[in-house]
Amino acid sequence: MTAGEVFLVVTLAAPALGAAGAALVPARADRLGRLVATVAAALAFLASLALFHRTIPPMPTVPRSRIVPWHQVDLRWAPGLDLRFHIGVDGISYPLVVLTALLTLICCIYTLWAVPAVEVVSPGAQPRSTPPPYIAGRLLAALLLVIEVGILGVFLALDLVLFFVFFEIVLLPMYAVIAGWGGPGRRHAARKFVLYTLAGSVLLLVGVFLVVTRAGTADLVKLSAAHGAGLSSGLQLAAFVLLALAFAVKSPLWPLHTWLPDAHTEAPTVGSVILAGVLLKMGTYGLLRIAVGVLPDGARRVAPVLGVLAVAAILVGGLVCLAQTELKRLIAYSSVGHMGFVLLGIATLNATGIQAALIGNIAHGIITGLLFFLVGAIKDRAHTGEMTQLGGLRERMPRLAGLLGYAAIASLGLPGLAGFWGEAFAVVAALRHGGPLWTVLAVLAAFGGALAAAYFLRLLRRVSHGPVGPAFAGACAPLSAGEVVSWAPLVVLALAVGLVPGVVLWLAHGPVMELVAR
Amino acid sequence: MTAAAGALPAVPFLAALLGLLLPVRAGGRARTAAIALGIGGAAVALGLAVALAVHNGRIAGGYRIADFGQLPVTLSVRVDGAAALVAVAVGVVALAVQVYSVAYLNDDDRYAPYAAQVSLFTAAMLLVVVSGDLIALLVGWEVMGICSYLLIGHDRTLPEAPGAAVKAFLVTRVGDVGFLIGIALLGLSAGSFRIADVLAAHYSPARLTLATLLLLAGVAGKSAQFPLHTWLPDAMAGPTPISALIHAATMVAAGIYVVTRLYPLFLGAPATLAVLGVMASVTMLLGALAATAQDDIKRVLAWSTVSQIGYMAGALAVGAAPDALFHLLTHAAFKALLFLAAGCVIHAVGGNSMALMGGLRRALPVTFWCFTVGLAALAGVPPFAGFWSKDAVVAVAFEARERGPAAGWVGLLVWLAALITALVTAWYATRLWLRTFFGPARGDAHPHEAGPVMLVPIVLLAVPTVLLGLAGLASGFAHRLGAAELVHLDAATVPPLACLVVGVLLAWALWRRDPAADPALALGRAAPVFAGAFYLDEVQNAAVVRPVRRLAAAVRRADESIVDGTVESTGRRAVDLGETIGRWHRAALPRAAATVLGGALLIGLAAVLVVGAR
Repeated sequence: MTAGEVFLVVTLAAPALGAAGAALVPARADRLGRLVATVAAALAFLASLALFHRTIPPMPTVPRSRIVPWHQVDLRWAPGLDLRFHIGVDGISYPLVVLTALLTLICCIYTLWAVPAVEVVSPGAQPRSTPPPYIAGRLLAALLLVIEVGILGVFLALDLVLFFVFFEIVLLPMYAVIAGWGGPGRRHAARKFVLYTLAGSVLLLVGVFLVVTRAGTADLVKLSAAHGAGLSSGLQLAAFVLLALAFAVKSPLWPLHTWLPDAHTEAPTVGSVILAGVLLKMGTYGLLRIAVGVLPDGARRVAPVLGVLAVAAILVGGLVCLAQTELKRLIAYSSVGHMGFVLLGIATLNATGIQAALIGNIAHGIITGLLFFLVGAIKDRAHTGEMTQLGGLRERMPRLAGLLGYAAIASLGLPGLAGFWGEAFAVVAALRHGGPLWTVLAVLAAFGGALAAAYFLRLLRRVSHGPVGPAFAGACAPLSAGEVVSWAPLVVLALAVGLVPGVVLWLAHGPVMELVAR
Repeated sequence: MTAAAGALPAVPFLAALLGLLLPVRAGGRARTAAIALGIGGAAVALGLAVALAVHNGRIAGGYRIADFGQLPVTLSVRVDGAAALVAVAVGVVALAVQVYSVAYLNDDDRYAPYAAQVSLFTAAMLLVVVSGDLIALLVGWEVMGICSYLLIGHDRTLPEAPGAAVKAFLVTRVGDVGFLIGIALLGLSAGSFRIADVLAAHYSPARLTLATLLLLAGVAGKSAQFPLHTWLPDAMAGPTPISALIHAATMVAAGIYVVTRLYPLFLGAPATLAVLGVMASVTMLLGALAATAQDDIKRVLAWSTVSQIGYMAGALAVGAAPDALFHLLTHAAFKALLFLAAGCVIHAVGGNSMALMGGLRRALPVTFWCFTVGLAALAGVPPFAGFWSKDAVVAVAFEARERGPAAGWVGLLVWLAALITALVTAWYATRLWLRTFFGPARGDAHPHEAGPVMLVPIVLLAVPTVLLGLAGLASGFAHRLGAAELVHLDAATVPPLACLVVGVLLAWALWRRDPAADPALALGRAAPVFAGAFYLDEVQNAAVVRPVRRLAAAVRRADESIVDGTVESTGRRAVDLGETIGRWHRAALPRAAATVLGGALLIGLAAVLVVGAR
């Protein structure tokens, strides 16, 4: 085994073992359990970073290889069913792998400090009957690690069936996180999340096996290399629609998005961060790597529909945010708009658009992760997310207000910060695609960017500016060390990726050019 | 020299980053550090800019920072004479603002972020000035927008400040939608966003016209040109030094500067120039007329900025980029001076309203003389700076009637608008001068002159306000701006001078009748229309803001009730269906037994039929 293969295995095994370890710690040593989880997450993060250390990839094994993994592990898994445990990493998946490992580590660190248990009561809601959040912090951390295994597996899988298995692993622990540690409406939100995405999974399952049985292999490297050869045009279309629907639910794509606002709003802070930060990216990654990579002909035929829906998501997301009154729900809906830009980039099917989608994925994970942390911190202190009750944050907590302003500005796509590149170049890519439809889509998407500015500045005006609102009237706990430590990497990354977008783009340049080559 | 050009935006940027890390409520040592960072950053930038201007050579270079599928983005510099001179102007104004703010915001408890944001603003403008790549230029362009947002909203005691800040960013951002698409169209045609490549590429006339018109939308937003000018007067909610920064050398100047940067493209699109000419003429007159009836001293100056930028846009429309840059530079000097001096007046009186001023020339002698010089330059009194540059604009517009890049009527329109504006400008400048410094004192405060920290920048800015116009006579200066000569003293100089004299005399005569009354009363029923700037704010609210809000509310309702309602009701229906079917299965014994029997019979019948059918 080479060092790279070891790192690959450690990246997946560390969180899995950590989850088991943390869950087995007795309840009275809750903090120890969280510590075990954090150490495991740190190990996984270090291992994921180490994956970057690579030699020149070996010569492609098939005539024209579109996926050339830096490192891969290919084991027999269930020989009777011809299933293989084939994982690997390349320039498209690497940034997402590191982001996943980083966000999970940050969330585990955040649970270490266990923000003071607070009652989150929105007006009109029933008082909660169950214990406040973070009571069983070790279990929460363990669930986060299980989710990490699933998400990392999705990004690393080089086998379609394995991909599907990892895709499903994520579902139940996330259900548990929302239902166990969420806000007042958590049960309904969790149920909706799990049923909605499960419906998508059924389609994914059918789509995957349609491809696997017709192509005779589940190996992604081979399937991508074939680039749709041997799959009839009708089959490609049918399979693409099935897969795209499943990924559209996850991403989410309008109008299949309504599980998201509930889930994000009710989930505990760390749950929202993981949901928005990396879980949604399973959808866009799958769409890119599997639907587009394996079924190029189907992709070309469905792309206009995808583009239209993506732009609808941008506009609807923006307008709903403009009329939204609950802070966390607003951030959740903003994700719909931002992911719309990512999907628009993919739908253009040109290198510019796919690069924009990749960097948009990363930027959204960094920035929206940070936003959910900040909004969580505000709700922890104000005990409400209703913007009419907030106001004057910059009088009471200037640092927090400053960070919120920074994150909001990053999220509205200010050039020079991470969010800009994905959104601006999704527009450029749509123009590059040309034709009346795509030109109109580009213009509408650009206006969607202006809408993002409108609702984020409205948010800042309601929350940060003006006189001190009733929700901040009482004493506000200052920022804890845990909060500062867990936010700092995201703050730095939002600026770093904004100033040097090449760090993400250069890695993906080769694979993307291969992906779009006919 | 490439390194120096690159350091030009980088140094204030680093100063800003460090400043933002200081404690927010900086006092004592931290405040000193914030001051040192702010002034130091601006001073180094000014030094570098002067070095570049003295060097006077073309500088180009840079490296690739990203590649979007064979569409490279570079971080590069492209400095010519004009860029270096504009950079010097930015450096001078930024330094003056940083020094002046130390005293003006003496009791402000959030000085560290303020100074850092001014540094960031400076860095962003300098990036626009030196950038050799349109995407990097866009970065500076938008960062400037967000800095203006932050700084306009800085004053936490002003209830209107947050709204004004949001307006400033959003109005410019709407224009930037066009700007981004324009850049994208150019970059896609050229296969690169480097300005050198973009200028060298070939475009179809339609694409060129479209792209330049789209760029113009962004320019109108940043440079406060009709119809996207509405944010600038409200931006007065920001601290006075910020007004000086926004109005003089950054932000509003950026739009004009970018057009000069891509000027060969605009020259190839006469339709765009015609649009620009109309826009400039409307803006010039609109701004000047709106300035006549304002009571707030800063608002008069704000509207004068709108109007003066109109002159620059007018010069661009008639094919005279060097004259636009000339007016940009003189305007930077006298407008920075005017705002900082207005800050001294406001500081002394304790309010912006001219109704509470009057007779201040004795109490504020230094401010008075500096203000006088600035107003003379604004009105175009010879030999002050504004005279030379404004005269140059009028002269080129007159010439463009016969030989210009755009249609002849554009030249005529700009020339007429410029002349009428000159008259109105002289009128409102005289009104402001008389009402502030002459006549009886109307306020009850005891005004006194500001300290040296505020006065020194003003006095120093008075030097270019007097002399910079004469630089137009020097061939080295004209060459740096890209012209053979800038100053045209001939018969064409007479009409603007005549307008000046008429405007001054009219205002003076009205004021003489009653030195305590406002000369604007003579405007009669037009006064409220001018004061309300032709109610364009209301138009904007009714045509854009409220419809978008209503649309947003409707979309939210539809998304919740229709899209999500379908999902929720699918769930409910499934549960209902389950319950219904479940009810069918709950039955008392007789009925249940009968149903089982019936079912068995049915199956049996079906089996018989199927078998029998064979």
